Amino acid sequence: MNFVFYGIAVLTVAGALAAVLLKNTVHCALALTVAFAGLALLFLELDAQFAGFAQILVYIGAVAILVVFAILLTRGSETPKDGVYSKYPLVGLAIAAGVFAVLGWAVLGSQRVLPNETAVPAVTVLQIGNALMGRYVLPLEIVALLLTAALIGAVIVAMHEKEGSK
Amino acid sequence: MTPLAGYLLVAALIFAIGLAGALTRRNAILVLIGIELMLNAANLNLIAFWRYGPHPEVLTGMMFAIFSIAVAAAEAAVGLGLVIQIHRKAHTTDLDAMNRMKG
Amino acid sequence: MASVPFQPTTHYGPSGICDYLWLTPVVPIVASGVIALLTQRKRRTAAWLAIGSLSFSLLLSLIAFAYVVDGWVHGVAVREVVNFTWIQFGKTNVDLGWVLDPLSSVMLVMVSFVGLLIFIYSTGYMAEDENYTRFFCFMSLFAGAMLGVVIANSLLLLFMCWELVGLTSYLLIGFWYQRPAAAAAAKKAFMTTRVGDVFFLLGIVWLFAQTGTLLFYNSGAGSIEPLALDGLLAQHAGLGLTAAGAIGLLIFVGAAGKSGQFPLHVWLPDAMEGPTPVSALIHAATMVAAGVYLIARVYPLMAAGALMHAGGLTGGTTTALTVVTWVGAFTAVFAALIAVAQNDIKRILAYSTVSQLGYMMAGLGMGGVAVGMFHLITHAFFKALLFLGAGSVIHGCHEEQDVRRMGGLRADMPLTFVTYAIGMLALSGFPLLFSGFWSKDGILEAAQHWSVAKTPFYMLVFGVLLTAFYMTRQVGYVFFGHWRGHKTAHESPAVMIVPLGILAFFAMALGFIGTPAWPWFRGFLESRAVEFNWHGFAEPGMLALMGTSTGVVFSGLGLGWWLYGNRSPKPEEPDVLERATPLVWGWLRDRLYVDELYGVTVIAFYDWWARVADWLDRRMWGGVVAGVAWVFGQWAQLNRFLDTQWVDGSFDKGCEDLSTGGGLLARVQTGRVQTYLRILALAVVALAAILIWSSRA
Repeated sequence: MNFVFYGIAVLTVAGALAAVLLKNTVHCALALTVAFAGLALLFLELDAQFAGFAQILVYIGAVAILVVFAILLTRGSETPKDGVYSKYPLVGLAIAAGVFAVLGWAVLGSQRVLPNETAVPAVTVLQIGNALMGRYVLPLEIVALLLTAALIGAVIVAMHEKEGSK
Repeated sequence: MTPLAGYLLVAALIFAIGLAGALTRRNAILVLIGIELMLNAANLNLIAFWRYGPHPEVLTGMMFAIFSIAVAAAEAAVGLGLVIQIHRKAHTTDLDAMNRMKG
Repeated sequence: MASVPFQPTTHYGPSGICDYLWLTPVVPIVASGVIALLTQRKRRTAAWLAIGSLSFSLLLSLIAFAYVVDGWVHGVAVREVVNFTWIQFGKTNVDLGWVLDPLSSVMLVMVSFVGLLIFIYSTGYMAEDENYTRFFCFMSLFAGAMLGVVIANSLLLLFMCWELVGLTSYLLIGFWYQRPAAAAAAKKAFMTTRVGDVFFLLGIVWLFAQTGTLLFYNSGAGSIEPLALDGLLAQHAGLGLTAAGAIGLLIFVGAAGKSGQFPLHVWLPDAMEGPTPVSALIHAATMVAAGVYLIARVYPLMAAGALMHAGGLTGGTTTALTVVTWVGAFTAVFAALIAVAQNDIKRILAYSTVSQLGYMMAGLGMGGVAVGMFHLITHAFFKALLFLGAGSVIHGCHEEQDVRRMGGLRADMPLTFVTYAIGMLALSGFPLLFSGFWSKDGILEAAQHWSVAKTPFYMLVFGVLLTAFYMTRQVGYVFFGHWRGHKTAHESPAVMIVPLGILAFFAMALGFIGTPAWPWFRGFLESRAVEFNWHGFAEPGMLALMGTSTGVVFSGLGLGWWLYGNRSPKPEEPDVLERATPLVWGWLRDRLYVDELYGVTVIAFYDWWARVADWLDRRMWGGVVAGVAWVFGQWAQLNRFLDTQWVDGSFDKGCEDLSTGGGLLARVQTGRVQTYLRILALAVVALAAILIWSSRA
């Protein structure tokens, strides 16, 4: 393995850790952004250029902003009086550790059978576009519908209710 | 350690961290952050396998990851919209306080 | 009698008559049923139905009688039967049937004729009664049942009709049931005859068990035909009796109940509570005669063992017949004594009936069927006449029945007087012109020649004296002297007088068919040829006997006239004889205390027994029942305890536990998202671990 991978991996993990550990919610959101960026770099490292840029565009460009807006709108910058952790945080920690343990076990225990193709799959954006309009047109349309629904739904859910109606 | 195993471990780690955050933080938005991390970890898994796995169908992994990104974005939007609305009604984002479904 | 009896035959000439003989009882019974459906207002319809049905029966009876007489004239002894099987169980049959022979044909004519006359009389007597329809319904039913008794060829059928006759007697005695005396008298009659009927039934059952049949005549296989009688004679039944004698005595007890022999006579005087036509028909002419008829019917059974010659004893006698004779003779005198001291016009006649029935029984016992039956036939006519006449008197004296409040009715009610006098002379046995003389003389002659003892003869002669005496007393009180009542008496309407006249005629005329010169009746019943022969009077002792009885009758009449003739003592004054012998008179007036004896013995015992049974019932059985109920109550309590404590308790506890468990389980639903998430993650971990573990293998 090369150092690039390790470096990006460390960055990403650090960002993720910060995102869940920091007290200030805004700091968490920013750390999240760092984690997203790290992941995008990892995608690029994996020769998945389209995925990596899509990651940057969507996640960092939309989701992270969304999170920040949400934090701001819900006064998340204020520190709650009971502390940032919910009841019995160690239980949650333990469960998460358990999950990591199981997944690690699966990965490490199956190293002999993991595939290891060295050839890079050559995927151009043209191919992706053709695929989207060709083979994957139905999922595309459905996702479009889903996005529309989410859009409308989010608007409705978060809308101020008119006083005196209903 | 094969490169694939390394990527998978990193993805597992990020997933666990995201899960830990979702399970232990009080603020609803931080739970959503944790969920985003988990989704991203899954995406990483997908891309890693796309890169190092056999390629009878060369686009599948990538398309999967792209769609996942799109859906995650939609989900984040709706989820955050809900959190905002809840904050308006309950004047708090503390998940421990939202236990009306108790019993 | 010297002539030889005819050869019996079972079939003579065209005999569709016997096949239709069943109509004779059935038509009046059907008429009774129809009348029962009528309303009270349809009086004329009821009367016409009753009279019409009985007229039809009379017509049929006359045809049958003529047929039998025709047979007799041609030297044939008719005895035709129609038998049919009623019930069959296994190999035994119970047969019923009817018979047409001289005995039944004579009775048929008598019953239907006298009955018809009484029915016609009743339309006048009961005219003011509001239960007119019911009266004719019951009378018609009675007539049918009595005719059934007469023609029955099976002892069972006879018994069934016998019971029906008893029932109608009860209904008619208690006709005016609102009167407590009438209701009590009806009950007494039924009960007393029931006592006799128990023994009768025992006799029937025994006879059936021994001979296997209850038919009288069945072409040689009947229960009183020689074959069966031989079998019965061979059996010994203890007390020196053969089976035949024992059965005969049992049957006699039943007859004694129905015919009012001592000691079962107590119901007959009380039965005078019923309307007078009832007394005339049932308690004078027919029902009480049924007992005598029964003995006549089963006479072969009673006389089995003695040397018999077609209905008349030629030598020796049986124990059964001896008992019958003594009971009859005793009853004759006993009742006649009591009759002397009675003051109710109907009671005198009632005791007279009891006395005359005793004569009939004695006649049967000593002289055979013809002797007893002749007196039965003549008695029916003149006793019915006397009762109807008494009814006319009562009606004319405005329902007065005490003879001491009557008197001098000879002038006010001349026709009643004449007919009544004829009846009274017939009953007393006034010589030559009146039937009673001839029939009683037949009995006295048989008594005189009785081989066992002479005592019954003397008793019966004494009875003749008493009969003449008390009848003269009654006639003297009622028709002679001066009127001691309140309102003036009046004669009765023609519808009542005409039957009296007809009966009076027969009371005189019937005598001539039984004189020693021409014993037609006897010959007819015994199926012998008869010819008119003055030498009948020349038989040894005949004229002496006739002279003796004439003398006794006249002395009785004279004594009565001397004491009671034209005197009319006031009702409150004591009787002439009472002043002479107050003690004896008191005994006689109080009916020799037979009722009181019963009250002290039988009825008191029964009362005590009823009390014991009641105590047992209430204390013992009631206690048992209460005990069982108590046990069940305790059981129920236990069940309730188990139910509430255990079942409910366990059920309730189970429900509580479920509820608690549910409460516990509900704690999982904290309502907090993160809890759910944790659980999900945990489940995923577990699932993944399992999958990995299993795939590693």
